Amino acid sequence: MSYCRQEGKDRIIFVTKEDHEAPSNAELIAEDPHDPYEEQGLILPDGAINWNCPCLGGMASGPCGAQFKEAFSCFHYSKEEVKGSECIDHFRNMQECMQRYPELYPQEEDKESSNQPEANSASDSTEGTASSSQTDSVPLSSPTDSQTTS
Amino acid sequence: MLKCRTVWRKLAPLARASSTLCRQNVRRTGLHNARLPAHVPGAHMATGPGGGGRENQLYVLLVGATCLGGAIYAYRTVKGDQQRYDERIAEIASRPHRRTQQATTSVQIETPAVPESEPQATPSSEEPSPVVPDAETADSSEAPEPIQAEGLTTEQPSPALPPHAPYLLIGGGTASFAAARSIRARDPGARVLIVTDEPDLPYMRPPLSKELWFSDDPAVTETLRFKQWNGKERSIYFQPPSFYITPEELSTAENGGVAVLTSKKVVHMDVRGNKVKLDDDTEISYDKCLIATGGIPRNLQVIDRAGDEVKQKTTLFRKIDDFRTLDKVSRNIKSITVIGGGFLGSELACALGRRSQDSGLEVIQMFPEKGNMGKVLPEYLSNWTTEKVKTEGVKVIPEALVKSVTCKDDQLEIKLKDGRLIKTDHVVAAVGLEPNVDLAKSAGLEVDSDFGGYRVNAELQARSNIWVAGDAACFYDIRLGRRRVEHHDHAVVSGRLAGENMTGANKPYWHQSMFWSDLGPDVGYEAIGIVDSSLPTVGVFAKATAKDTPKAATEESGTGIRSESETEDVASSPVASSIPAPAETHKDDYGKGVIFYLRDKVVVGIILWNVFNRMPIARKIIKDGEEHGDLNEVAKLFNIHED
Repeated sequence: MSYCRQEGKDRIIFVTKEDHEAPSNAELIAEDPHDPYEEQGLILPDGAINWNCPCLGGMASGPCGAQFKEAFSCFHYSKEEVKGSECIDHFRNMQECMQRYPELYPQEEDKESSNQPEANSASDSTEGTASSSQTDSVPLSSPTDSQTTS
Repeated sequence: MLKCRTVWRKLAPLARASSTLCRQNVRRTGLHNARLPAHVPGAHMATGPGGGGRENQLYVLLVGATCLGGAIYAYRTVKGDQQRYDERIAEIASRPHRRTQQATTSVQIETPAVPESEPQATPSSEEPSPVVPDAETADSSEAPEPIQAEGLTTEQPSPALPPHAPYLLIGGGTASFAAARSIRARDPGARVLIVTDEPDLPYMRPPLSKELWFSDDPAVTETLRFKQWNGKERSIYFQPPSFYITPEELSTAENGGVAVLTSKKVVHMDVRGNKVKLDDDTEISYDKCLIATGGIPRNLQVIDRAGDEVKQKTTLFRKIDDFRTLDKVSRNIKSITVIGGGFLGSELACALGRRSQDSGLEVIQMFPEKGNMGKVLPEYLSNWTTEKVKTEGVKVIPEALVKSVTCKDDQLEIKLKDGRLIKTDHVVAAVGLEPNVDLAKSAGLEVDSDFGGYRVNAELQARSNIWVAGDAACFYDIRLGRRRVEHHDHAVVSGRLAGENMTGANKPYWHQSMFWSDLGPDVGYEAIGIVDSSLPTVGVFAKATAKDTPKAATEESGTGIRSESETEDVASSPVASSIPAPAETHKDDYGKGVIFYLRDKVVVGIILWNVFNRMPIARKIIKDGEEHGDLNEVAKLFNIHED
């Protein structure tokens, strides 16, 4: 059972696992997905790409940012059967650019960037997966990148 | 008509006075001439009988002359003032022209081909400065052309530095870098110039007082790389040098870029003319400017006044150089004292304490509060934390007010107010940060008197083209009120926001930043909002297991910078755990839990104590700003018993 103690203005409650088993009746205000103030995920409500998404790390802002944006935009808006098949040139440009900065874009990324960039743009260059950050409006605050991204 | 009446009323006493004067004159003349009648009738006009006429006339003449003289003098003065004013204005107006003439002779610049450098920089100045930072670039490799602009110049010919930067970021720390990234992401081809007085490229500060001290690499002070718990290594620099372009390339690089000008300090800011002056007299104009100058560590007054011998044995900790110095010093001495019981002081004390176990270094920490983090944690938790810090090998001296510090026999003697004397070899003062508002005077920017720092609005804007972010910004938080925050994640969040607003987003500070601290491998917490121990708190605790430590948190998320773990999966789904239910007998073991800080019954701050990856929930609760009747119910949202 939980027990409670008061120390001056501070209240201390100790709870067991059972105490917290019942679902909470605390009410939270519903999220507005179109709230302009909120941090956006990778894809904005109007379908455009949020280049400032922390999930991209520094991909859109580094020396190869322009090439990356072109390639990824092409892929994103591609309506071909094999998505992005017409974007080969852009990806090649991007790859060439990245090869000029091996410090920023280490080699093992290359083989992945020729595949679907959507799944990889955030993943291989940062730490984990980016899938969670694409559609939901979970506030993201990534202060830094691993050194490999830009 | 009314005027005449008022004037006449004013003149009436004068008229009366002059009439009495005249009457007296008349009497005198009358006596002399003995032509006066026996009695003088009462009311006489000012222009009396003919006998007093001459004196009267004289009088009138006198008065008239005086009035005329006064009028002439007044007119002359006003005219003269007008003249002086006109001259002054003309002089000011002629200054830029004079400078331009100097420029044509000294600097060879070419007009660029790049569209950005076009006169976007229309100054928001009033007349008389017709300074238009025109399209000019300094590119020594191109063929020079004589300039004809009234633009800015450099008094010393240094054609390497760009005279104009569309985005100028003053300060090269976390906020500045975050803004640079934001600007580059949103404005394709943006040209960003960072000016910093440090010799280093932008880097992150938290590892300087944490991870770098735990590194096994003896060359860590050079490489500044640290290994995280899971073996992944990273540098404290945000990006390697190849990420940046040189300032010389800034104006001509095809897709723009971020250039960093190191070891240069901005000493003067001309808001009207949209330009700044560096310490070497170079002038750089801008379209949009960010001030992210951070702050300077405060020192104890007693040490400041104590003389050079003491100051040489004192470290104020903030930069990479300070880390290097302290690392070196701590290896060669027997005893070190950290003054200050807040985040930095406690972290350094723990880091040094850990080292002391190998080297035998005596680590002392002293502060005026009752326990570590006394201004942040509620008393019971602060006391508990202090005990943990002691187990890290630190001699903690709470309730210590330093009265004087003297140097004796190559040792420092710290005398406390209660009479205790502490002998030590070196002192680290971690007593707060003084926000750097040096530019406020020249720029005419407001400085906040309560919190310090530049006063900016909710969108981090100080003036039309000037934003402030990071430690130096006193901003309006829509939810929590006006505040100034000195944490890493805030620098990132505010820097990003400033960058967004510099590129036209017009968003207020909304995404609440968080902070974290580790005190040794067993105690770590993340916090968000206003976390002030003077507020009433409600803490909900469970018993911690081996899984609930900072070490485990970083192993899971793979990063030591805890604010980054949010970009990973949000850990909210309860996992079946084998944690036994905590028994009531462990009353005083605050292993893990959630502490709510309340202001008028609304939660304004939350600490997640040894509970990780729950920050989004905490952020949501603060954002809602609701009054919750039972905070235990709110605590349930955090699933503190789960991993």
